[in-house]
Amino acid sequence: ADYFREGSNDSEDSELRFATCQSLWKQVKLETEQIEEELNKQLFDNLVSFLRRSHSEFQEKTTEWTRRMKSREIPTAALVLGVNVTDHDLTFRSLSEVLQNNVTPYVALLQAKDCPGIKNLMQKLLGQLMNCSVDVDSSEEEDYVEVSQNRIRCSMTSLISWYESVTKKTDSETPSKKRTSRHWQSPPVVVIFKDMESFTTKVLQDFIVISSQHICELPLVLIFGIATSPMIIHSLLPHSVSSMLCIELFQSLSCKEHLSTIIDKVLLTTQFPLKLSEKVLQVLINIFLYHDFSVQNFIKGFQLCIVEHFYSQPLSVLCCQLKEAKKRINSLSHNQCENIRRLPSFRRYVERQISEKQIALLTTDNFLKEIVQKLLEDLNVYHENYFPVLRCLHVFTCSLPKYPLGKQIRELHCACLENRVWETEEYESFLQLARMLNKSDLVTMLQKCVEILVSSPGKEFDKIVEKLKEFLTQFQKLEEACQERDESVSSQKELQKKTDLYHLQKTLLELKESRRSKKLTKFEMLRFEVVDYIDSLVRNYLVPADHKTLHEIVYFSTASVLREHLNAAPRIALHTALNNPYSYLKSQALKSDGGSISNKAPDICIVYKLHLECGRLINLVDWLEAFSTVVMAVEGPNADAASSDQVDDIIHARFIRAVSELELLGFIKPSKQKTDHVARLTWGGC
Amino acid sequence: MPNLEHPAYPAATLLHLESLVPCRESQVSMLLSIFGERQQFSFPSIFIYGHTSSGKTYVMQTLLNTLQLPHVFVNCVEYFTSRLLLEEILIQVQNCSSETKPASHVPCDTFNDFVRLFKQAVVNQDLQDQTLYVVLDRAEQLREMEANILPAFLRLQELTDRNVTVVLLSEIVWELFRPNTGCFEPFTLYFPDYSIGHLQKILCQNHPPEYSADFYAAYINILLGVFYMVCRDLKELQHLAALNFSKYCEPVVKGEANERDTRKLWKNIEPHLKKAMQTVYLREINSSQWERLQRDEGEPGQLKGLSAHAHVELPYYSKFLLIAAYLASYNPVRTDKRFFLKHHGKIKKTNFMKKHEKTSNHLLGPKPFPLDRLLAILYSIVDNRVAPTANIFSQITSLVTLQLLSMVGNNDQLDGPRYKCTVSLDFIRAVAR
Repeated sequence: ADYFREGSNDSEDSELRFATCQSLWKQVKLETEQIEEELNKQLFDNLVSFLRRSHSEFQEKTTEWTRRMKSREIPTAALVLGVNVTDHDLTFRSLSEVLQNNVTPYVALLQAKDCPGIKNLMQKLLGQLMNCSVDVDSSEEEDYVEVSQNRIRCSMTSLISWYESVTKKTDSETPSKKRTSRHWQSPPVVVIFKDMESFTTKVLQDFIVISSQHICELPLVLIFGIATSPMIIHSLLPHSVSSMLCIELFQSLSCKEHLSTIIDKVLLTTQFPLKLSEKVLQVLINIFLYHDFSVQNFIKGFQLCIVEHFYSQPLSVLCCQLKEAKKRINSLSHNQCENIRRLPSFRRYVERQISEKQIALLTTDNFLKEIVQKLLEDLNVYHENYFPVLRCLHVFTCSLPKYPLGKQIRELHCACLENRVWETEEYESFLQLARMLNKSDLVTMLQKCVEILVSSPGKEFDKIVEKLKEFLTQFQKLEEACQERDESVSSQKELQKKTDLYHLQKTLLELKESRRSKKLTKFEMLRFEVVDYIDSLVRNYLVPADHKTLHEIVYFSTASVLREHLNAAPRIALHTALNNPYSYLKSQALKSDGGSISNKAPDICIVYKLHLECGRLINLVDWLEAFSTVVMAVEGPNADAASSDQVDDIIHARFIRAVSELELLGFIKPSKQKTDHVARLTWGGC
Repeated sequence: MPNLEHPAYPAATLLHLESLVPCRESQVSMLLSIFGERQQFSFPSIFIYGHTSSGKTYVMQTLLNTLQLPHVFVNCVEYFTSRLLLEEILIQVQNCSSETKPASHVPCDTFNDFVRLFKQAVVNQDLQDQTLYVVLDRAEQLREMEANILPAFLRLQELTDRNVTVVLLSEIVWELFRPNTGCFEPFTLYFPDYSIGHLQKILCQNHPPEYSADFYAAYINILLGVFYMVCRDLKELQHLAALNFSKYCEPVVKGEANERDTRKLWKNIEPHLKKAMQTVYLREINSSQWERLQRDEGEPGQLKGLSAHAHVELPYYSKFLLIAAYLASYNPVRTDKRFFLKHHGKIKKTNFMKKHEKTSNHLLGPKPFPLDRLLAILYSIVDNRVAPTANIFSQITSLVTLQLLSMVGNNDQLDGPRYKCTVSLDFIRAVAR
C-alpha cells in the first residue's frame, strides 16, 4: 500500500484504489480457483474411485486359488498432466487435500529433488506419513515422542509396524469418534510421485521392489505424476519392475481447454469491472501458447494487469461495480476531474458536443460528474450487450469451414476489440460462408443464440430474441411448404422421364438458365434476412471498446509494460546497457550518435564494445592497448607523447577491473588454449 | 530322480519337502548334505546363483522352514544401508526362538559391533549347539555397501566363532563379486533355468480345486505354447495363467464343450492369449482392466494401452526448440551452413560420403551440441523473429527436466552448457506435424 501511495502522489484516492484492487483480485482469485476445482473434479472423482477399487480388491479375496496364483501388484495410477509443470503443484495440492478428506489420511507427496537416493526417499516418506498421522490425533503427546524415536530407523518394517499400530488404534476407538467413518477401516497409504520424469531409475526401482514385497501388509497405492507421456514408465522401469505394478491411466484436462474456460468465465463477463485491451490479451495468450502452457502464469499475468492498472491509472477508482462507481463520482476531487478531462476518449466526446455544453463540461465539475455518470452507465450497457452478441457471433463462426474469424472465442474477441470487425476481410468471407449454410445448421445456431440471449441479463435483448424466434417459426413454416413442393417437383420429373436424351439435355439447359435468372427461393430469402440481421447486430453491438468514451477507466492497455515484465529478455537488456549506457544512465554526456566509442562511458562499456569487435579468442594486450587509446582520447593530444609506449598504471588497473567485471557477467572466461588470451562466451564471435 | 535321504531328518518331512520343491531335488539334496546334522558345523558360506525366478529364494525358504532350522532371512534391497542390514539380522536372531519377547532395538553401526552383538544374541537364544543360517537375498547389493561387509559375511563363522552359515542368493555369478583384495571363497552352487518340462510340471501342480488336474494341464500346455517364446519367468507365467484361466473355462461353464474337448477349447483361447501377450504381458493394460474386459466381453480396442498416449502437446517454441535440438544432435556441424543459411555455397556432390552418413547418424545416437548452436538453428527454423527472452531459456531447462533433452558434461554454466536430444525420430515427426 505504501508503494501505491508513493507512486501516485499527484492524485488522491490511492488508498481507495488499492482497496478496490485488492478486492477485485480476491474475487478473481476465488473465481479461478472455483473453475479449477470444477475442472479437476472429474479427474479426482475417477482417481478416488480407482483408489476405492484397488482397495476393495485388496480386502476381498475372490477365490483362494487365484489369489495364490496371481502375483501381487501394486495399484498404480499414472496421472498424465501435460507439460505445464508450473501448474502441477496446485493440482497435486488439491488432489492430496481431496484424498485426505475422502479416502485416507495417509498421503505422502514426493518430489524428485528431495530424493536423490532410496534412503532420502524413505526418510521423506516416513516423515510425511508419520507426521500426518500425528496431525490426525494430535491430542496424544506420547505418540509424538514415539515417532521421533522411530525416525532413526527408516525402513519398510518400521513403516509397517507404524501402520499396524495406527490402524489398530483407530479400530479400537471407532465407535466414539466419527472421523473414521469418513475413511475406511484400513485406509490405503498413497504415495504421490510429483515428477516421475526427474526421479532416477534406481531409486524408483528399489522403492517399487521393496514395497512390492510388503504389499500384503501395507496397502500401498502409487500415483505417478507424468508430464510427457506414459511411455516414460516403460523407459524408466525395466520389465521385471514394471510387472510389479498394476497401472491405470488418468488424463487430466488439456491446459488449452482450461485456459479457454478461464477466459470465458473471467474475461468475457461483466462480472469483473476491469477489462483487457486487445494487445494486452494477445500478449498474455502468446506467452501461454508460445512459451509455457501454464494457466497459473496466465492468471498471474492477469493479476499483474490488475495491479498495474490500478497503480498507473488514477481514474481507476471508478473501475468498480456501477452503483459504487456512481457514488464515487460524486466525491471526486477537482484534480481527478481534470484527469477525466485529459482522457483522449473524453476529449473526443467533448469535441462532438455543442459549444455551450463543451464549456460547461470543461469548467463545471458538477456538470462533468453528471455526464460521467451517464457515460459510465452507457459503458456498462455496452458491455452487457457486447458479450452475449459476441457469443452469438461465435456460434456462427465456430462451425464454418476454415474458421475465418478464429476457432476460439478469444480470437473472435481480439478481432472485435482490435477494430471494427465488420470492416475486415475475414468478416466478409464469414458473411459469404454464412449465406451458404444449410437449413438444419442455421436453425440449430439460431436456437443456440436464443438460449444465450435469454440467459444473459441485458435489457435490450427481448426484441432480438423475439426476432430470432420469428425467424425460427418461419423456418418451420418453410419446411412444411417444402414438403408440398417436393411432390410437385417429382411430378415434373415424371414428365421428363418420357423424353429422349436430346430433349433431356435441352430441358436441363433450360432449367439451368431459369435457375440463374430465377428469383431466390423462399429459404434463400430467409437466409439472407437472417444473416443481414446478424450483421446488423454485430454492427450495433460489437463496436471496439476504444471507440467508447471513458474506456480508459476500465480497459488496461499498456501491453508494452506487461511484455517487459512477463517476457523479459536479459541478454538484450544487458546488451543495451553496455552498448548504449545512455538508455539507462540518462547522462547527457553519454548521448552518442552512432558507432563511435565515447570515452566518457563507464570503463566496462568501453571494454564491452571493444570486445564485440574481437573473435573467439581475445588477446589481452591488444585489448588493453585499444582501451587505453580510447580512454586517452579525451585527455587530449597534448598528453599522447608521454604515454605512447607505456600504459598508465591507473588505466591498466581500470582495464583489469573492467575485464574482471565482464568475466563476472559471463561474457568472457580465461582460456587455456593460448597464454594472455581470454575466450569469448557470447554468441557472435566467429 | 534322486529321492531325498538324510539320516538327520525324519523321512516324512523329507518327503513333504520333496513335494514342495519340484524339479529342484538334486540341488536340495546337495544343500542337505552340505548342511549336515543340526549340531554339525557346516560350510562357512554358500553362494547360490541362477537366473530370475529359478527358485533360489523359494527353495531356501521352504527348506529352512520345513526342516525347522534356525535361520535369518534378509533382503538386501530392502535394507539398503549396512547399518539397516546388520540391525535387521540382529532383530531376527533375537526373535528366532519364539519364547523370548521381541527385544528392544540396539544400534549397531559397524561390523565389529555386529560380531559382538551377534555372539551375545546367539548365546541368549540358546543356539550354540545348532547351525544358524543367515540368508542374504539379492546379495549383489552387498557390493555397493562398505568394502568390508562382503568379506566379513563370508567368514562370519570364523569371526564370531559360532556355528553359523551365511547363504548368499544372487542373480549374477560369483566372479563379479570377488573383491580385489581377495577373500574367503564360498561354496558356489548353480540353480539352472527351468526347462519347459519343468515349467509345465510346476505350473500344473497348483491346479484350481474345481477342475481336474488333466484339464488344467492341457490349459498350461496351450499357455506355454504361446508364451514360452517370450517369457520364461515362472512368476509371470503363473500370473498370466491365473488371469486367463476363467476365459479358458468359459465354454465348459456354458456347457458348449466338455473338459475333454481340447481342440475346441484351444480354438477359443488361442487368439485371446495372443492378445494378452500384446497387452497384459507388456503392462499396456493392467491386469484388473484385463479381467474387467473378459467379464464384459468388450473389445480391447476401446481400452487404449499406455503407449497409445504417446503424443505430447508442447508449447509453440518448445516444439521448435526440440526440433532444433534434434537437428543439432543428428546433423554434423559442417552441414549447418548448407542447411540453414540462405546463401550457402555450392552443394558439393559427395554422394559416397552422404550415403555413409545416412546409415550411421541414427545408429550412432545423438551427439552433444552447445547451446549457441541450438539457438542459431532455432532462429533459422522459426519463421518470424524470436527474441532470446528468459522464457526461451527456461523452456530449455524445462525440456531437460522432462527428459526430452539431457544435459551433457559438467554443470559449469560459464562453460557453455552442452545438451543432447534424447527423443526418437518418431517422436520428433509427431511434434513436427
